[in-house]
Amino acid sequence: MKLNLTPELKPVIDGLAETFGDQLVDIWQSTGHTFVRIVPDSITSVCRYLHDEHRFIYLSDLFGADRFTTEERFEVIYNLLSLRDRHRLFIKTWLEEENPVVDSVVEVWPAANWFEREVFDMFGVRFNNHPDLRRIYMPEDYEYYPLRKEFPLLGVPGSIDLPGTTPDME
Amino acid sequence: MKVTDINSKSHPTFFKEHQQKLYQSLEDKHTTIETIDDSDPLTARMILNMGPQHPATHGVLRLVLQLRGESIEKAKIDVGYLHRGVEKIAENKTYQEFMPYTDRMDYLSPYSNNVALCTAVEKIANVEVPERAHYIRMIGCELARISSHLLWLGTMVMDAGAVSFFIWTFREREKIYDIMDQLAGHRFTVSHSRIGGVHNDITPAAMGLIREFIETFPDELNDYHKLLDRNRIFFERNENVGVLSPENALRYGATGPMLRASGYALDFRKLEPYARYDDVEFEVPTRIEGDNLARYFVRMEEMHESIRILEQCLEKLPKGPVRTDNAKQAYPSKDEVYYSMEGMIHDFMMTDTGICPPEGAESYHAVEGPKGELGYYIQSDGTGHPWRLKINSPSFTNLQLLEIILDGEMVADTVVIIGGVDPVMGEADK
Repeated sequence: MKLNLTPELKPVIDGLAETFGDQLVDIWQSTGHTFVRIVPDSITSVCRYLHDEHRFIYLSDLFGADRFTTEERFEVIYNLLSLRDRHRLFIKTWLEEENPVVDSVVEVWPAANWFEREVFDMFGVRFNNHPDLRRIYMPEDYEYYPLRKEFPLLGVPGSIDLPGTTPDME
Repeated sequence: MKVTDINSKSHPTFFKEHQQKLYQSLEDKHTTIETIDDSDPLTARMILNMGPQHPATHGVLRLVLQLRGESIEKAKIDVGYLHRGVEKIAENKTYQEFMPYTDRMDYLSPYSNNVALCTAVEKIANVEVPERAHYIRMIGCELARISSHLLWLGTMVMDAGAVSFFIWTFREREKIYDIMDQLAGHRFTVSHSRIGGVHNDITPAAMGLIREFIETFPDELNDYHKLLDRNRIFFERNENVGVLSPENALRYGATGPMLRASGYALDFRKLEPYARYDDVEFEVPTRIEGDNLARYFVRMEEMHESIRILEQCLEKLPKGPVRTDNAKQAYPSKDEVYYSMEGMIHDFMMTDTGICPPEGAESYHAVEGPKGELGYYIQSDGTGHPWRLKINSPSFTNLQLLEIILDGEMVADTVVIIGGVDPVMGEADK
């Protein structure tokens, strides 16, 4: 697919292709946004490069997705915003199903702290070098990852230890 | 007695591992700047659990504070007490079915949430929205912003000690509820926006109420200014409290009034104009101090700007339909449904299957909600249900900052700082 890049975004994509070469897997556009997929190993260096060289100093969002039934099942998406050039860039990386691990970007953007905890909580993706990788919404004792596609919509009965509804229930 | 014994002293009944890890993380925070002197002869150190059921935390927010005397050494935040899994629900609903759920996210400004979702779906499915609908949405969004900021003003001033203020701001909010009642048919959870437009046109009664509100509200706002702008008690409580530096604000991803009070004029109505925000004139109020007082001024100014936008919207409001006429993309009007076979079929198809964006399409759209960047990311698999729908909620992003700005503050200021951050737990916990 032919890319239709804005003059501000073109040097970013060119710079990425030049610096990282074959670590860039794919570049595509959808509804006016540009998505770049990179290999998981180089996520911190790519983020560091974008932050330092292209002024993507604001991490708008970071989230996961489940690409159920595909080989590389989990997807982590970084939503970057350049405040100087007023444009967005989405970085993606695909992780394998068995042991989804990716490096943390908290050192680049401290804002990633809670976002990564949320991805860990919801999908079970682990982040290397994360300062405080705990579950954020679900209690720590919870065994499941709710946003995975195989998790039932109704939840798992009895999986959350709740107080009794009557006072003398022992 | 060492404070680090908290884990041996607490005996939680439920979620044992969760509590232990939370206390452990509090202990681990800033280990590098921990003082070497660990003895505490006066037992001035203590760990205070605040919330989740605490009236000042605006919902079910839990703070674990480590105090030394009256100052907070470090703080940890535990969220998730209102986690309902709306993102999971969204994957099992059609786009239109999911829209009422967004009302329950940031329940202080439901209209902005509806618009945020509908615009994201329109973007991914290529739906044209009529001009008039854009303006009605803007009117709704700005009213929602005023309503949300009024609640913030009332509760924050109440947190700082003045109770009667709460009643006055709620009197004004009541007027907005009446407008919403006339405009959308619901007072609280409006669900007025539809994919491809809005549900119904502004009725003359709603128009009258909006005009009346625009006329009377600036006077009320000036009264608030008179009461607070030079109020010494209010200043003492808010000045230099909860200071967030511009660098930290950007690094930790502050959004909305929090970021603007720290000196950065980021407003998505200007950055990525949606609806018809590029046709109206308004300023983005900004302060550089980054303290609670700056947040107060920013939000007050924003209400003035909202009134300005409302005036321009009413002036420019074009005539025409309020929903797109394409039956494959939006619900047909009720007249059509009741009196024609095709209308009935289309209505059924919209309810059953809904709008189907192209397979593999992805879109992200952010609106400037009252609390900041409210974005919806949608990944489509070609069916009527989103494959993945991610909500980027401003309260969640801003709450993360609370852990940073609370450190070193006085314990009595906690409540005021939470008020200044203005989180809504329905949105932060999703």
